[in-house]
Amino acid sequence: MNVHRPAPQPEADSAFQPARPEAVAIEVKDLVKRFSPEGSAALNGISTWMKPGGITGLVGPDGAGKTTLMRTLAGLLAPTSGTVRILGQDPLPDGPLREQIGYMPQKFGLYEDLSVQENLDLYADLRGVVGEARRESFERMLAFTDLARFTDRMAGKLSGGMKQKLGLACSLLGAPKVLLLDEPGVGVDPISRRDLWRMVRDLARSGMTIIWSTAYLDEAELCDEVRLMNEGRILAAGTPAELMGAMLGRSLHLTNLAAPRRDVLQRALRAPEVMDGVIQGDNVRLVVRTAGQWPDLEPLQAGPEAALVEVAPRLEDAFISLLGGGPGGDSPLAVVTHAVILPGHTNQDAAIEARNLTKRFGDFIATDAVSFRVAKGEVFGLLGPNGAGKSTTFKMECGLLKPTSGQALVMGIDLKQSPSEARQRLGYMAQKFSLYTQLTAQQNLEFFSGIYGLQGEAQRLKMEGMIQAFDLGPWLSQRTLDLPLGFKQRLALACSIMHEPQILFLDEPTSGVDPITRREFWTHINALAQKGVTIMVTTHFMDEAEYCDRIGLVFRGKLIALGTPDQLKRDSITPDCPHPTMEDAFIHLIQAYQAERTEVAS
Amino acid sequence: MRAVNLRRLKALCRKEAYQIVRDPSSILVAFVLPVVLLFVMGYAINLDSSHLPLGLLMEDHGPAAVQFEQALKASGSFTVETGVPREQLIQQMTRGNLRGVVVVRSDFGAALAEGHGGAAIQVLTDGSEPNTASFVGSYVETIWETWQQQRGQNQARMDTLPIDLRPRAWFNPSTLSRNFLVPGSIAVVMTVIGVLLTSLVVAREWERGTMEALLATPVTKAELLLSKVLPYYLLGILAMVLCLVVAVLIMQVPFRGSLGALFVLSSLFLGCALGMGLFLSTVMRNQFNAASAALVAGFLPAMMLSGFVFEITTMPLALRLLTRLIPARYFTSSLQTLFQVGTPVSFLAGNALGMLLLTTFWMGLTTLKTSRTLEAK
Repeated sequence: MNVHRPAPQPEADSAFQPARPEAVAIEVKDLVKRFSPEGSAALNGISTWMKPGGITGLVGPDGAGKTTLMRTLAGLLAPTSGTVRILGQDPLPDGPLREQIGYMPQKFGLYEDLSVQENLDLYADLRGVVGEARRESFERMLAFTDLARFTDRMAGKLSGGMKQKLGLACSLLGAPKVLLLDEPGVGVDPISRRDLWRMVRDLARSGMTIIWSTAYLDEAELCDEVRLMNEGRILAAGTPAELMGAMLGRSLHLTNLAAPRRDVLQRALRAPEVMDGVIQGDNVRLVVRTAGQWPDLEPLQAGPEAALVEVAPRLEDAFISLLGGGPGGDSPLAVVTHAVILPGHTNQDAAIEARNLTKRFGDFIATDAVSFRVAKGEVFGLLGPNGAGKSTTFKMECGLLKPTSGQALVMGIDLKQSPSEARQRLGYMAQKFSLYTQLTAQQNLEFFSGIYGLQGEAQRLKMEGMIQAFDLGPWLSQRTLDLPLGFKQRLALACSIMHEPQILFLDEPTSGVDPITRREFWTHINALAQKGVTIMVTTHFMDEAEYCDRIGLVFRGKLIALGTPDQLKRDSITPDCPHPTMEDAFIHLIQAYQAERTEVAS
Repeated sequence: MRAVNLRRLKALCRKEAYQIVRDPSSILVAFVLPVVLLFVMGYAINLDSSHLPLGLLMEDHGPAAVQFEQALKASGSFTVETGVPREQLIQQMTRGNLRGVVVVRSDFGAALAEGHGGAAIQVLTDGSEPNTASFVGSYVETIWETWQQQRGQNQARMDTLPIDLRPRAWFNPSTLSRNFLVPGSIAVVMTVIGVLLTSLVVAREWERGTMEALLATPVTKAELLLSKVLPYYLLGILAMVLCLVVAVLIMQVPFRGSLGALFVLSSLFLGCALGMGLFLSTVMRNQFNAASAALVAGFLPAMMLSGFVFEITTMPLALRLLTRLIPARYFTSSLQTLFQVGTPVSFLAGNALGMLLLTTFWMGLTTLKTSRTLEAK
């Protein structure tokens, strides 16, 4: 087995890489990239290589340097120091090498006001694909991407998955030898993601060298090789099997729980043997520090039937281990937050309720007759691809959008009739945090507590509590813009819960955040749920969906499935797929829904 | 590698053309806005005054005074309010309801009869609006002189003024302000099209992430720049044709110059405007900022420092020098000349040279700032 651990000195990167093969497609040596002389390095001494043919995954959170590395490989950025060689050449100067590299940027690089065919024509002309070769490659691309029916459609009117395929087709024109795909899977529904994987697999099999960057560790497990990146460095390199092999015997499931999962997780994370833990459906998933040294079951108080079972490691386990383990399970929030008591007349099973909630924009139905109930203290997740309608549903539920028909209720109060009464009880954390980036952390706390009506002594006490709970003390006078991502997230959460809302709405709270910060965030959320706060969250991370008590699957405006994560997974068991993951379940449920629809239609 | 590959350039230009045609806002800016602006500036802004409200205080009611009153009322320049006490007239002046007051003193008739120039009227004007005040003053003076002359002729006495003044305006005989405002507003319109439209185009590519995809292809810098200049140059020329047609056929503004000269000068002006717009777009990489900058750096100077509204020769020296950096100044002057005078080559050549230098400056700066990588230069 060949496992590669980070040495203490990052300069020694190449030391723990697998042996370099004779022929490489890409070679990077001591690559440093700074965007300003005094700023920190976006890439801090990267040395690696990628072998010809096959898919290499660049994996890491936002800010790890994936996009910067991709752009340097594409010749779009000049290295500050170090060298980059693609097929033996420097990608920077204008030259024939450009025709050998296909590059798909994050937003796919499509002209939205040009049709599918016009986009293809443009890139074919730019890449010098003419004559018979052009006709042939169009034919092949359109068949490959299944876009032949849509050649006249404007690219802006395509679904996310179709845009992604068209972007891929455009970058493939001229048959490049190296294909660079920058986070192609973001925000696209899982079915399209799978399609894309199949297509890219085919290309890799034909000998193309493909670099695929992603923030999803589960996606990276499918690559031939991965480079785990964090803060401008490569933490580890190898095949997913090699990297996960190091974790063998360290990943466990705690099953048959009789006690609430969040309480069990909290206790488990206190055990010295445990390095990391998350909730996974009905179970708690733990990673221990040393193979074979399992935590004692007794102090976990998980119930008489509870048992530890060894499970297959995931790439995420390896990543967390490389980063030195996850955060603990105790949130200081638990100390400063009061237990939620809903008014006596409120239905405890319907802290949040949607009744036939519908929203139309013109003739487009964004949310179509969606109904659900969320009980007090429950964590409810809305899961779905971009554009499925989860954000619209979410915004109606917290009073930011007016429903076209149906009702959005919070603790029995109709948001249409008395929005301000309801809003005082809501906390809302918007995507990308929505803090005032030019204000200091302290000023943000003051402002947000102020608009929720806190003042004087009460305000001062509350702010102090939050500063302590989130350890914001050293950062108070910093401009929010300059805070590290993890602290921005803490501050955003602090701002949205200072008025002690009984209900908390979180809109994609963790997208782009590294796994440690994500765990820390969920520790706080779990603490709030334990105090009885009702939480509604949207996400497109499949594993994050498993932290929820129940999830609603949103697809094309409809709520197509509703249940606990394990229920949904059980419903998706087929002979081909006896142990479905959350993503398998998602795809199965969507396909079942579509099949049913076609049946009804015919 | 060649700097320009025709196939790639053609593909990029075609793409740009599709975007122009499909974007309703570019059609709006290029073809609707010019017509609207021309009508607004040609008809609504009118520097010829008529029917100014004027108070008349008659302290003498003799036949001569009444005759003068009638002459004032008949002139068409004023709406005369009379028969009101002095205090009320002064109050009306204070409120701004009257632009001036004419006082005919009680000894008016007697002094006139005596005949040695002792007869006088008093004209009070509202100095808070100097332009209008001087209009009122000079209009009343003209009416007064004309009335004196006519009175002299009627009485068959030759004690009128020794000089016979017959003003004749060259180039714009009817002294219709529209005839010089319309060419000026064409310059403003062309600035809006040239600077505003192009300030959006490069920034848009950055915002939508398409620039990144373009730069990853074999496209060269020259192709990128040309593909932005050529389509918008064509659009600008089309807008110019539209402006000319509207001005001459609909607004009846005479055009006395040569079309060839107009084409050359318009092309040079578009060179400056497109260069400036592209520069802003390239540097800002953000449509909102680039458009704001285009308004401040392009539109405002074209309105205020081009000689379109405010006469350049009366500006202080510093501003006069500043106007030399404003392409619209050369274009306004060229258009006014082409429309009203003809084609005096030596005069127009000076303007052409000014615009040529500015085109070189802005285009050169844009070329310098255009980067083949994602990093700003």
